[in-house]
Amino acid sequence: MKLKQLEGLLGDLQQFSNPKVDLEQYPTGPHIASRMLFTAENSYGDITDKVVADFGCGCGTLSAAAALLDAACVIGFDIDPQSLETATLNAEELEVEIDFVQCDITKLELKGRVVDTVVMNPPFGTRKKGADMEFLSAALKVSSRAVYSLHKTSTREHIKRAALRDFNAKSAEVICELRYDLPKLYKFHKRKEVDIAVDLWRFEPKQN
Amino acid sequence: MRLITHNMLSCNIKGVANGFPLKIEAESVIEKEVDFNPDFLRHMFAKIEWKALVEAARSLGYSELPEDSPAAAAEDESLLKKLHHALLELHLEEGALVCPETGRRFPVTRGIPNMLLHEDEV
Repeated sequence: MKLKQLEGLLGDLQQFSNPKVDLEQYPTGPHIASRMLFTAENSYGDITDKVVADFGCGCGTLSAAAALLDAACVIGFDIDPQSLETATLNAEELEVEIDFVQCDITKLELKGRVVDTVVMNPPFGTRKKGADMEFLSAALKVSSRAVYSLHKTSTREHIKRAALRDFNAKSAEVICELRYDLPKLYKFHKRKEVDIAVDLWRFEPKQN
Repeated sequence: MRLITHNMLSCNIKGVANGFPLKIEAESVIEKEVDFNPDFLRHMFAKIEWKALVEAARSLGYSELPEDSPAAAAEDESLLKKLHHALLELHLEEGALVCPETGRRFPVTRGIPNMLLHEDEV
């Protein structure tokens, strides 16, 4: 599948109808999502024929991208039932198989190392402090090949240190820096649109 | 929910030591065919909790898998096909996953298990 085609398909997905600010629910736009997964597969072979988990899947954009790039199995995890309903509809629209699990990912221990790759656009920790780190820690516990994640560029040194020192990462690389444009989603957003510098990270867990 | 997902879920209630595997109460199961990918399945043999899969498949009405994890699975195409069916083509739509230690039920609705814990379980 070509990048443009993937981006087009992801652009048609339904997004949050009533986003919950406390969960930091922001859609992962098709531009970022397509590039993230396309790079994961084309540069690293981490998606096709692999078991891919999407932590904090929301409406399932990253899950859908993984499925469209022929992951062997895709599983989306989220705490919010409404998002999971939308994600289910999105998967049906695209005619892809995605399993969804409702849970608090920071409290869920997954057995074994069946999951190859974790992809995620986690909360940045602006509402629940440290949420970004909790997601990263959970992801590195679960994956056997790689974790792809988006974090604010302003947290780069902190993330690198925590991943390598505390979360069992063998490597932590910023693959590229992206501009994440957030439309005015919540009442407290003053500007019509704001543009945040985010890093796309690739982490490799140590083999246990 | 397919059994590949069930194979990684356990009960995370605080203090529970034997929360895996979750027992399945199946009310509604559907089958959906997907493409057979033998290389992927060979790769999965080493990673899957075999006994948990056999038991889970039985709960969904499929009893074709051998009890013991076969040693030379790689070349046995008919076994790979059975693994394929059990792991990827059976969907639990309605029912529950039950903790083997506490009996706590995690409901499965429209294919989605709800693993959220109550405040006193965390």
